[in-house]
Amino acid sequence: MPVLELRDLSLRFGGVTALAGFGMEVHNGELLALIGPNGAGKTSVLNCVSGLYRAQEGTITLTEPDGASHALHRLAPHRIAALGVARTFQNIELFKHMTVLENLMLGRHVHMRGGVLSGGLYLGRQRRAEIEHRRYVEEVIDFMNLEPLRSAEVGNLAYGNQRLVEMARALALDPRILLLDEPTAGMNAEEKESMARFILDVQEERGVTVVVIDHDIDVIMDISDRVVVLDFGRKIAEGTPDRVRNDPAVIDAYLGRTRETA
Amino acid sequence: MSLECGVFHTRYESDMGLRPWPMQRIRLAVFAVFVLVFPFVAGPYWVDLANQIAIATVGAIGLNILVGYTGQISLGQGAFMAIGAYTAGLLTLNLGLPWGVSIALACVFTSLAGTFFGLPSLRLKGLYLAIATLAAQEIVEWAMTHWTAVTGGTEAIVIPAPRLFGVRLNSTFAFYWFGVLMAAGTALFAANLFRTRMGRAFVAVRDQDIAASVIGVNLFRTKLLAFATSSFFVGLAGAMIAYYRTIITWERFTLETSIVYLAMIIVGGLGSIRGSFFGAVLITLLPALINNAGRALQDTAPVVANLLPYAQQAVFGVVIILFLIFEPKGLSKLWGNVKDYFHVWPFAYRRG
Repeated sequence: MPVLELRDLSLRFGGVTALAGFGMEVHNGELLALIGPNGAGKTSVLNCVSGLYRAQEGTITLTEPDGASHALHRLAPHRIAALGVARTFQNIELFKHMTVLENLMLGRHVHMRGGVLSGGLYLGRQRRAEIEHRRYVEEVIDFMNLEPLRSAEVGNLAYGNQRLVEMARALALDPRILLLDEPTAGMNAEEKESMARFILDVQEERGVTVVVIDHDIDVIMDISDRVVVLDFGRKIAEGTPDRVRNDPAVIDAYLGRTRETA
Repeated sequence: MSLECGVFHTRYESDMGLRPWPMQRIRLAVFAVFVLVFPFVAGPYWVDLANQIAIATVGAIGLNILVGYTGQISLGQGAFMAIGAYTAGLLTLNLGLPWGVSIALACVFTSLAGTFFGLPSLRLKGLYLAIATLAAQEIVEWAMTHWTAVTGGTEAIVIPAPRLFGVRLNSTFAFYWFGVLMAAGTALFAANLFRTRMGRAFVAVRDQDIAASVIGVNLFRTKLLAFATSSFFVGLAGAMIAYYRTIITWERFTLETSIVYLAMIIVGGLGSIRGSFFGAVLITLLPALINNAGRALQDTAPVVANLLPYAQQAVFGVVIILFLIFEPKGLSKLWGNVKDYFHVWPFAYRRG
């Protein structure tokens, strides 16, 4: 039973086709990698799932453990987040004037209650909620080893740390599905390795289903259970890392040859 | 006396306090004593200025909630203050409602009006939104001067003085306490707001609205709530002016008012409550200080003294330009720098 099912997604921007009938299934608890050449439509897939883009055709269905299903292609981004879908961005989209702690507390937004009035008065219930969720956030901080950065303003942090904070913010949402868009981009070998370990920990210890996009094929092949390959908005291959690595269609796509001339 | 070093919080509650360090509490206490003693030692001229500062603080915090914290630029401050002032005044004048009730209703009504004029923010950002709020300003200004049946047109409305237990509340001395109470209440409310869920969502919308939406913040609701919250306090400031002066005229609520308030929060510090207060102090005192300087120079250098009234606008502009160039984060940042220096004193490293 797939936790997330994308079917026949088509997304066009004017004359440009980003996705052309793309479909895939994400199974519960797996670490799925989404790879493909530049411009293949990988980020577009994530943007459709998180509700930032609206595909002209196709459906995206999220199925909860109790069997309830939701048509994500009709929901606004904040509703999708409330269903437990969290993500990070290729270009790191943090709230850069806030501290690490405040960024992570925003990750708790969908789990908290309280509006302007209860916040401004800060009476018993709101106070208790803030403390209770602070406790959860501290667990995430511990998990991601962010203790020394807790009260630093995010805009001042080093690039690699910002990536960790962004992932921590997504984890604070206590997601069922975590979408990671190039989590190791711009990192050196050591940072990549530690990020890869975090991703594996998230999947194994926290039981989160992970969909990851990355250009570092070595990292991808090492950590993922299954790989989906995209080219020109279509799925061209799918399977275990080993199978995909040797798939002629994938080799063609990456080397830029067509079947006929090969 | 303990600064920040050596203070270890062992409970989240104490760590999350508004003033988690002893030094901050001492500073606050000193300031509170100053506020309590001030009207007894200062003359009515200065207490009147303090009252204006209290009103401006409420208005500036209101505007800062929208512009500084939520990132929605508004040129409609004057309009929203006008709605607060006229609503409060007209309710008392026409329906005979007690001033407390009128003020509360004025805040609520301004809040609704602000939400309505905030609707374009769902589509528009930055300067485009500024122009849309400018439209609000123009519409309200037009209504004030032309809707004679309700607002009295260009003629001033005179409302009865507010009384509490038989004491006239709009005397300089009595209003001081009311003003301080309102300003302190507004500041406390805003400070609490921005350390809790919804306040954080406001700031998230400002910093990175797309990320805010995928983390679960409803942009539509949050922006409108920011407009509603902001205009509530702006309306309060307007209603305070109405009851303090007991004369309501449209001239107090023109586009210039909007600009002056924007200047206040820019000079004081965008997205800062203490900055709103600092800005209110500076922008209120600046013309008064220039006037006094003019009077002082009347005998010794009459030429300069005669020029000073004209220089007022220029000085105002120069101050804003200087701040934009040298300290875009405003007085609040300057104060922060001073505090940072002493933060871990006597060690030299800085926080963070």
